[in-house]
Amino acid sequence: MTSNSNGAVPTHGLGPFLQDARLRWVVAIAILAFLVVAPMIFGSYITVILTNALLYVVLCLGLNIVVGYAGLLDLGYAAFFAVGAYTIGVLTIQFGFNFWVAFPFAVLAAVLAGVIIGGPTLRLRSDYLAIVTLGFGEIVRFSARNLEITGRASGISGIQDPSLFGWQIRTQTDYYYVFVVLAIIAVIASFRLANSRLGRAWLYVRHDEDAAEAMGINRVQVKLAAYVIGAIFGAVGGAFFAANLGAISPESFSFEQSVLVLMAVILGGMGKIPGVILGAFIIILGPELLRDLGEFRLLVFAVGLLLIMLFRPSGIWPGRRGA
Amino acid sequence: MTAFDVVMQQIVNGLVLGSFYALVALGYTMIFGVIKLLNFAHGDLYMVGGFVGFLVLSAISGITGGGWTGVAISMFLSMIAVGCLGVVIERVAYHPMLRAPRLSILITALAVSLVLQNTVLSITHGQYTAFGADFGFGGVNLGNVFITYNQMILVGIAAFLMIGLEVFVSRTQYGRAMRAVAIDKDMCQLMGINVSGVIAVTFLIGSALAAAAGTLAGAYYGSVWYFMGFLIGLKAFTAAVIGGIGSIPGAMLGGLILGFLEAFGTQLPGIGSEWKDVFSFAVLILVLVFKPTGLLGKSEQERM
Amino acid sequence: MADNQLLALSGVTLAFAGNTVLDDVNFSIPRDAIVSLIGPNGAGKTSLFNSITGFYKPQGGSVRFDGQELLKLKPHQVTASGIARTFQNVRLFREMTVLENVMSGMHCRTKSGALAAVLRLPSQQREEAEIRAFSEECLAFVGIADEANREATTLAYGHQRRVEIARALATKPKLLLLDEPAAGLNSGEKVALTELIARIRNELGISVLLIEHDMGLVMKISERISVLDHGKMIAEGTAKDIQNDPKVIEAYLGQDDGEGQS
Ligand SMILES: Nc1ncnc2c1ncn2[C@@H]1O[C@H](COP(=O)(O)OP(=O)(O)OP(=O)(O)O)[C@@H](O)[C@H]1O
Ligand SMILES: [Mg+2]
Repeated sequence: MTSNSNGAVPTHGLGPFLQDARLRWVVAIAILAFLVVAPMIFGSYITVILTNALLYVVLCLGLNIVVGYAGLLDLGYAAFFAVGAYTIGVLTIQFGFNFWVAFPFAVLAAVLAGVIIGGPTLRLRSDYLAIVTLGFGEIVRFSARNLEITGRASGISGIQDPSLFGWQIRTQTDYYYVFVVLAIIAVIASFRLANSRLGRAWLYVRHDEDAAEAMGINRVQVKLAAYVIGAIFGAVGGAFFAANLGAISPESFSFEQSVLVLMAVILGGMGKIPGVILGAFIIILGPELLRDLGEFRLLVFAVGLLLIMLFRPSGIWPGRRGA
Repeated sequence: MTAFDVVMQQIVNGLVLGSFYALVALGYTMIFGVIKLLNFAHGDLYMVGGFVGFLVLSAISGITGGGWTGVAISMFLSMIAVGCLGVVIERVAYHPMLRAPRLSILITALAVSLVLQNTVLSITHGQYTAFGADFGFGGVNLGNVFITYNQMILVGIAAFLMIGLEVFVSRTQYGRAMRAVAIDKDMCQLMGINVSGVIAVTFLIGSALAAAAGTLAGAYYGSVWYFMGFLIGLKAFTAAVIGGIGSIPGAMLGGLILGFLEAFGTQLPGIGSEWKDVFSFAVLILVLVFKPTGLLGKSEQERM
Repeated sequence: MADNQLLALSGVTLAFAGNTVLDDVNFSIPRDAIVSLIGPNGAGKTSLFNSITGFYKPQGGSVRFDGQELLKLKPHQVTASGIARTFQNVRLFREMTVLENVMSGMHCRTKSGALAAVLRLPSQQREEAEIRAFSEECLAFVGIADEANREATTLAYGHQRRVEIARALATKPKLLLLDEPAAGLNSGEKVALTELIARIRNELGISVLLIEHDMGLVMKISERISVLDHGKMIAEGTAKDIQNDPKVIEAYLGQDDGEGQS
């Protein structure tokens, strides 16, 4: 047997010019350094926007696993974000749980929701998932708006700031750093998943379901894993989003929210981690730069999405997916 | 009201709702039949149809008045305009994608949907627009149940359109070609059938039916709104799945069943009318779990 | 039907919308054998493969493999039970390297999940190394180890077929189903393929069931040959039996493209 095991398999989830491990470290450290000092350089306004962008990085990386790796269209991703946020809200406010005690329940709730929605749907043609998730997104928001326990239209407020090992997370800057850590964890987890047995299975199933089955891969299980892992990312984002704002209401979890996350993923480049991060920043920072667009903001994004699909479906980040 | 009256009333409500669902579901199912695409933009064509109908009616109501004559003319013109829009969308956005991975064309359909929605949002500033139809509220009494003439005319128009479609599909050359393309596109290409043409006609008819429903809905409910296609798109999909996606009679049947289910479901204790959307979504999930081929759909072994 | 049968089909019947594609097929493969399935175009050979591997659901009959009933299993379960296959029209995973294509076969023989991957547990790292090593071994076995890192779909056609075989071998099968592996190969490649098939059986102890139109190859390599025509098994026996069977000759004469004459 021949063993030429010196990093020969390409690293999935990156574009072509981050394949070199040394360059990768340099870029990573530079970005990290920037993130650490950013709040000291910029004012609090920019810090809030960056915090939001980092939240989007977490959400987009989660959706990227579903759409970018497994090739499943999820149009109700905000539902998982909502499940995470509302579980924290309900358990801490209505039941008096500590944030960290409620947190595992938020993740568990998302897993359950993912299995309930994905389980039956993923047995069918993949495109059914798109429309079922669309419905699911609406149902979650609708329930939040109509149930007593979720505070109906006005939502839940007064969610306590959590503390961590004696560090009371309180100020905007504190939350900024929390989201820096979450985004880094999301990046590392995405990267490791992409380059694992499960990550490869997602690509196999996406390229050719039948051939993947013939290779002994349970496509329903593999897709469900992608959908549920995506749900977990969303719920984690939602949990900290709730803690950060202290108040949540149904309108934060609209169809528009799902669409924006999806746009970021497609714009940046499905399946390419740096591209997805870039997409998240564009979607959040773009409107800040183009403030006077007002109502046209979404239209601009929608037209952009259409143009991307027609002319560069692999997104703006260079290279094909997975290469 | 007696239990009988309640049942009668809900039958009428179900028929009206079901007519809308069926008209939209037909386009959904026809387009799925020929290019295997869940056309997310379909609900938005219904919405655009409502707006075009509104514009036409505003222009002509001086002459025709806002009654059913005006609405019928508006509906007809809206069908033509939106039918053409559907064809343009297919040519520009979907046609280049027919051989691309399925995910790409699905996302493209979503993008088209968002462009339509947000174009109208930008123009109308997200406001409801009063439709301006102006017809009487006369009707007939059946015991304690009051059925308006509007409801009868509306159901009548929907039935007329569906019968027309059925005749078209079963009696004409194009209709036969459409069914052939739905079964095997490549084979049709080889046999010299103009597949692109058939696809275009399918989009024309499907979009026109959605526009008819949109105009009728605007007239019946009194206003149009940029987001009005969203939920009905979802419901029409549900109706198409209930009937068996790809099946034209299935879409009609599914639309009516969903209409009745909603009308009666909201009468059940614990399911107020505000939960009716949740109710129809639950129906969708149940159908997908227990009978994904729907009532009239055939299960088909995909070729390897 | 004694225990020396690795695979045994009895009464398998498959129809699509009333069109019978497999009609009461009885068929078996002994352990450690190379068996061929031949028949004119459209006879139902590929459909038989698809029925064995769980892609098609026959309306009746049974498929027993190594003491286990396969008919109710999903394709991935069939593969896990020890049957691997290639496709008539090569189906490699696009945008992925040759090695990654082959690694897909190891999926059902390994088990690390998401959590192990995220935490990079030692067991997961070990398994990854194992997947790679065995996949490289499979590539070396089919003779294309030096192409491991090329994008699979850019390889020459003959080599793509070998990637498919390597990928099937990576599932560690007991039985390998090859659907027209010689189609599109030149004569030199066909000789090499014949050798490869013999080695798969002789060195790896994997039984082989082969669908093939190239009669020279079939006659040379098979211990038994079965003939399918219009969904019915019309003959079964050694190369000599088949060559002299009037029913077989008739079945092939009914066909006009001249393929099949040896
Ligand atoms: N999924 C399917 N749906 C409907 N008919 C099918 C399907 N799969 C196969 N058939 C039909 O079954 C018959 C047998 O096809 P099959 O592919 O098994 O033949 P084959 O013996 O492999 O032919 P070839 O030598 O050309 O590969 C053909 O008439 C084919 O059209
Ligand atoms: Mg075949």
